Amino acid sequence: MSASEVPVTETDRKGPSGAPAIRVQNLDLTYRTSVEVSPTLKSAIVGLGRRRRSIREIEAVKDVSFDVPHGAVLGIIGANGAGKSTLMRAVAGILPPTKGRIEIHGRVSTLLALGVGFNAALTGRQNVVLGGLAAGLRKSDIARKYDEIAEFAELGDFMDMPMRTYSSGMYSRLAFSVAVNMDPDILLIDEAMSAGDAKFRKKAAERMKNLASNAGTMLLVSHALGTVKDMCSEAIWLHKGQLIQRGHPDDIVAAYTKFLEVGEDAIVLEDM
Amino acid sequence: MSSKAVSPEDEYLGEHHVYEPHRAGLPRMGPYFRELWHRKTFAFELSRTQMHAANTDTFFGQAWLVINPLLLSAVYFVLVDIISARPQPPEFFAHLTSGLFLFYFVSGAMMSGVSAVVGGGRLIMNTSFPKMLLPLSATYTAFRRFLPTMIVYAFLHALSRLPVGPHLLWAPVVLLEAMAFAFGLAMLFGTLQVYFRDTKAFLPYVVRIWLYLTPILWFADKAPGRLKQFLPFNPLFGIMGSWSEVLIEGRSPSPYLLLLGAAWSIGTLLVGGLVFMSREREFAVRI
Repeated sequence: MSASEVPVTETDRKGPSGAPAIRVQNLDLTYRTSVEVSPTLKSAIVGLGRRRRSIREIEAVKDVSFDVPHGAVLGIIGANGAGKSTLMRAVAGILPPTKGRIEIHGRVSTLLALGVGFNAALTGRQNVVLGGLAAGLRKSDIARKYDEIAEFAELGDFMDMPMRTYSSGMYSRLAFSVAVNMDPDILLIDEAMSAGDAKFRKKAAERMKNLASNAGTMLLVSHALGTVKDMCSEAIWLHKGQLIQRGHPDDIVAAYTKFLEVGEDAIVLEDM
Repeated sequence: MSSKAVSPEDEYLGEHHVYEPHRAGLPRMGPYFRELWHRKTFAFELSRTQMHAANTDTFFGQAWLVINPLLLSAVYFVLVDIISARPQPPEFFAHLTSGLFLFYFVSGAMMSGVSAVVGGGRLIMNTSFPKMLLPLSATYTAFRRFLPTMIVYAFLHALSRLPVGPHLLWAPVVLLEAMAFAFGLAMLFGTLQVYFRDTKAFLPYVVRIWLYLTPILWFADKAPGRLKQFLPFNPLFGIMGSWSEVLIEGRSPSPYLLLLGAAWSIGTLLVGGLVFMSREREFAVRI
C-alpha cells in the first residue's frame, strides 16, 4: 500500500520542456477502510466468530488517465462518492496509487476538505507554522509569509487564539489563506469555496483567478457548477471512480447536468 | 516548468514527484529518512507548542513534572516499606526514584505516542509528510518532561552519598537505550491506536502491571525465584538493571544487562519503525 516518492535530481528539476504539470496514467485507487466509525479491540474480539466483515474494500478510482498542462485550471465534477477527493489526495501524494502512476512537476499546495488547523488546542498562528513545517517549508519562509496569510484571512486577534474558538467560516478562511499564500506552482482545492461569507468568497475567487493568470496550475473539485464554468479552462467528469468525459467546462457541465436530470441508468448504458 | 529560483535546500519541497505503487509496502528508505531529517523542526516545534499549550514550560508547570513522580515515589516507598518485613537498605529510595523517573519517561512516550497519529488526523489528511515525525515529537515531549526530574535525582544522589565517578558516564548510554526503546513503543502504539481506538484505554493497566514486574520497586537480585527466569523477557529489565547498577551501585553496567537492554531497544525500534512505515500510507483513509 505504499508509494515511492522519488526526489528531484538536478535534471528533473529543470523538467523536460513541455512536460505537463500533472500526469496521471492508468490510475487505480483501492483502499481498505473500517466500516465502524471508531474501531476498537473490544468490538473486534466481541464480534469474533460472527463472520461479519468490518473491513470494506473501496475501489475509489478506476483506470483514470489525464494530463494537466502548466497554467491550466482543471475542474473535477461528479456526484458524491465519484472518487474526486480520493483522486485529489493521490495527486497530493497522501494516498499511494494501487496501480498506475502520477507524475508532478511543480510545488504543490493543498486545500483539501478538512483544511488547516489539525490541533484545535493550538492557536491559528501555531497551526500555520506547524502546517508549513510539515509540508517541508523552512521556518524563515513561513515567518516571511505569515503576515500575508494573517492579513488575507482577516482574522485579526483570533490568530493568537486557540482554533477551537473559531467559527467554521474562520477555519476555512485561514485554510484558504495558507494554501494560496505558499507560492504554489500547483494548487489542489477540494470543496473549499463553500464556506466563508459572500465577501470572502468573492475575494478568494479573485485570488484564484489571479493565481491562474500567473501560470499557476490548479485542480478544482466543486459541486458549484457555476464556479467550474467560471474558473476552469478544462473539466473532467468522474462517476463511480471512472472518467466519463473530458473537455471544455461548458460541455462537461452541460453533460453532467443532463445526466442529473435523466438519471443514472441512461448514462451507464451510454457508457457501456 | 516553474520559473522560481530553486536553491539546493529546496530539494524536498517537491518540485518533482513520482508516485507509484510499491511492492514491499515500505517507502524507499533513503528519501524517506532524508525527508524526515529535513522536516525534523516540525517534531520539535510541535512538542514545544504542545508543552506551551499545556503550560508545561512555566515554572510551576516544570515543578509539577518533578513533584508528581516524587510524590509517587514517596507513596511506593511507604508501601514497600510496610509490606516487606525487613527494612529497606539506605539506597533504596534513590533506586526507587531514579527507576520511577526513567520508567515514566518510557511510559510517557508510550502514552503520548498512542494519540500522536490519531491526534494528527487533519494534518495527515491534508499534507504529505513522513508521519514518523508524530511519534518522534511525542518521544521528544516525554524526554523534555523527563529532563527536570534528573536535576531532582542529582540532589537525591548527593544526599544519599552515592558514589560519583567516571562510571556515571554510562548513564547517557543507558538513557540512549531507553530513548530508542521509547520511540519504538511510541510508533508501535501510535499505529495500533489507528486500528483499535481503545488501545489508549488499555494502556494505563499495561503500564501499572509493567511497573510492578520491573525491578524498580525491588532490586533485580532480590527477585522472587519463580519470577527470576522470566525477567529477561521483560523489555525493561536490561535497561532498568543497568540504570540501577550505574546510578545506585556505582559501577559500570554488567555486559549482560547492557546488551540485553540494547537488544530489546534496537529490536523494538526496528519492529516499531517497520510496522509504522508499512502502515502509515493507510492512515489517511483510516482516521
